[in-house]
Amino acid sequence: MKIVVCIKQVPDTTEIKINPTTGTLIRDGVPSIINPDDKAGLELALTLKDKFNAHITVITMGPTQADAVLREAFAMGVDRAIHLTDRKFAGADTLATSHALAGALRKLEFDLLVTGRQAIDGDTAQVGPQIAEHLDLPQVSYLEHLEYDGKKTFTIKRATEDGYEMLEVDGPCVVTVLSGAYKPRYMNVRGIVEAYNREVEMWGFEQIEVDEKKLGLKGSPTRVHKAFSRGVKAAGELYEVDTNEAVGIIMSKLKEKFII
Amino acid sequence: MDFSLTKQQQLFLQMIREFAEKEVKPLAAEIDEQERFPMETVEKMAKIGIMGIPVPTQYGGAGGSNLMYSIAVEELSAACATTGVVVSAHTSLCVAPILEHGTEEQKQKYLPKLASGEWIGAFGLTEPNAGTDASAQQTTAVPDGDNYIINGSKIFITNAEYAHVYIVFAMTDKSQGVKGITAFIIEKGTPGFTFGKKEKKLGIRGSATSELIFENCVIPKENLLGKVGGGFGIAMKTLDGGRVGIAAQALGIAQGAMNETVKYIKERKQFGKPLSAFQNTQFQLADLQTRVVAARLLVRQAAYKKDQGVSYSADAAMAKLYASETAMEVTSKAIQFHGGYGYTREYPVERMLRDAKITEIYEGTSEVQRMVISAALLK
Ligand SMILES: Cc1cc2nc3c(=O)[nH]c(=O)nc-3n(C[C@H](O)[C@H](O)[C@H](O)COP(=O)(O)OP(=O)(O)OC[C@H]3O[C@@H](n4cnc5c(N)ncnc54)[C@H](O)[C@@H]3O)c2cc1C
Ligand SMILES: Cc1cc2nc3c(=O)[nH]c(=O)nc-3n(C[C@H](O)[C@H](O)[C@H](O)COP(=O)(O)OP(=O)(O)OC[C@H]3O[C@@H](n4cnc5c(N)ncnc54)[C@H](O)[C@@H]3O)c2cc1C
Repeated sequence: MKIVVCIKQVPDTTEIKINPTTGTLIRDGVPSIINPDDKAGLELALTLKDKFNAHITVITMGPTQADAVLREAFAMGVDRAIHLTDRKFAGADTLATSHALAGALRKLEFDLLVTGRQAIDGDTAQVGPQIAEHLDLPQVSYLEHLEYDGKKTFTIKRATEDGYEMLEVDGPCVVTVLSGAYKPRYMNVRGIVEAYNREVEMWGFEQIEVDEKKLGLKGSPTRVHKAFSRGVKAAGELYEVDTNEAVGIIMSKLKEKFII
Repeated sequence: MDFSLTKQQQLFLQMIREFAEKEVKPLAAEIDEQERFPMETVEKMAKIGIMGIPVPTQYGGAGGSNLMYSIAVEELSAACATTGVVVSAHTSLCVAPILEHGTEEQKQKYLPKLASGEWIGAFGLTEPNAGTDASAQQTTAVPDGDNYIINGSKIFITNAEYAHVYIVFAMTDKSQGVKGITAFIIEKGTPGFTFGKKEKKLGIRGSATSELIFENCVIPKENLLGKVGGGFGIAMKTLDGGRVGIAAQALGIAQGAMNETVKYIKERKQFGKPLSAFQNTQFQLADLQTRVVAARLLVRQAAYKKDQGVSYSADAAMAKLYASETAMEVTSKAIQFHGGYGYTREYPVERMLRDAKITEIYEGTSEVQRMVISAALLK
């Protein structure tokens, strides 16, 4: 069994502050992490490795420093890492990103392609589904749980707004995973010791067969109209009471505001 | 010269800090209160390789460095000093002497199980009448055919009955003085080997500390560690390494107390302003931070020298002396900054003060460290 996981390096937005005058992110000193949904996807792949001895490849598209997320993935237990980087990929929106990734993925064999649902720095949830479209593969988004029959078929629990769907799908297919679905394991010490001695394959424009016009800034139809930070709301009221009393307080507040 | 951690070490720090924060810190107050050995944490640490950091991969270890190991003990101890010493006693006092002095058979037999954390290690040197003066060993080992027969007792032994393998020192020839001391590898369950009193302690209360009792305990000769009469040298070398671990533990406790203090003084208001706004607070905090950073440099230098294979005995002594005294000062001041709250068990700083004290005592008291440092200087 072969699995490919797409992972993205993102700033840890829980530590990010917004410059109130310019409305831009203050990225200085903010640590970079593996996007949480992707890390859950990585854990999904690793559980399949534990059970079915699956071979896992991780791929990331990003600047030089994105190397760190591939090393972390090595230390968690993946087998192969590909770093997709080229000046021609720079400035990509979700569409151009998915074209570049799909180009690389066409060169790889897999039964299951895993992506995160969305990245915490963009929140679009588009890249996974776009890749599936480019590759003409079946996709299941918002994955909560996956079972594999060891042959061909995946049984997937998919979260929807008002419940769950249970779906069966044959590989190769694409899934996008929710961060709460799988609790990522810790890197293991031996994996960490070896992570920087292992080879990360560097792939650029030359390695993928994609029309240059579909890549980078040129291939990105998205235009940012305006970026602003939402003003701070009122501080809110804090009650430390038991559940019964809390329900009573919430109900009376909702009635007070004519919400119910 | 380069003071920064390598990328590999940074990745390790990222992992161990998250592990300490999420898995170790939430249990710290509970195991202290209940005087309970944190077995569940040992199992979690075992799973990811923390019980065998500086052990070569050929013996089932992680193949990491002593520097990495010192970072692990520091970070674990910043959350919970008990957890820090479980790892330190296991790694420095049991795994290291087998690795450094064991035969190939002994390494094959013990290291994989110890490095994987399936087994925990311990070290028995101290006796009721042989503390600082470790040469005054009264435990005896008498040859008997292919065996030795051991009689005597060891006190204050960390990891106690939770360990499976013990490095134990005994007199094989009293007339030879320190040259008559020999080291043995003894397994739990060996007939004649039992446990005595469990100590009730001021700090590191989750760490198990017990007496080991040997009554006509028969040990096969292949369990002799190193040479006959070479035990005292092994003990001293082992303690050099152990001091790096305890120095890292002390450093972690100090850092943990700093973290709590910085958070608290920004929130707590008196006289209409946060405590952090008083210049007295700021100046004292500056002095404490300077000591903590200086201690870290000493700890890392000692670990680095051990990794380089150069003599580091005095460096380890300086690191332990300075870090342990820093831990005492920082934790005491941390309580002061917390006022009455810091004196209660609602906040972790009182535990940290209690935990800090032992770092000035075990693996050589501060007086012993001063002896080692000055002896190196005056030789
Ligand atoms: C919680 C705990 C865990 C321990 N774990 C272990 C373990 O795992 N294995 C193990 O073998 N031991 C262990 N020990 C024992 C520890 O190493 C000894 O307690 C320590 O070496 C001091 O010995 P002592 O207690 O007999 O004190 P003593 O030797 O009686 O010393 C008392 C005081 O006298 C001072 N002193 C002694 N001699 C001199 C001198 N010549 N000059 C100046 N001052 C001197 C000492 O510095 C000290 O302050 C542990 C102890 C404790 C409390
Ligand atoms: C066991 C115990 C018994 C007690 N018994 C009683 C009792 O019977 N009756 C009673 O009324 N109270 C009692 N107390 C309360 C005790 O008197 C207070 O804890 C003490 O006055 C300190 O106040 P605080 O804890 O609010 O600390 P804080 O006032 O918050 O002080 C914390 C720290 O902030 C710094 N700080 C504060 N103000 C300044 C400043 N102006 N300049 C520089 N630094 C400053 C100091 O470093 C200080 O150590 C008791 C407390 C304890 C722990």
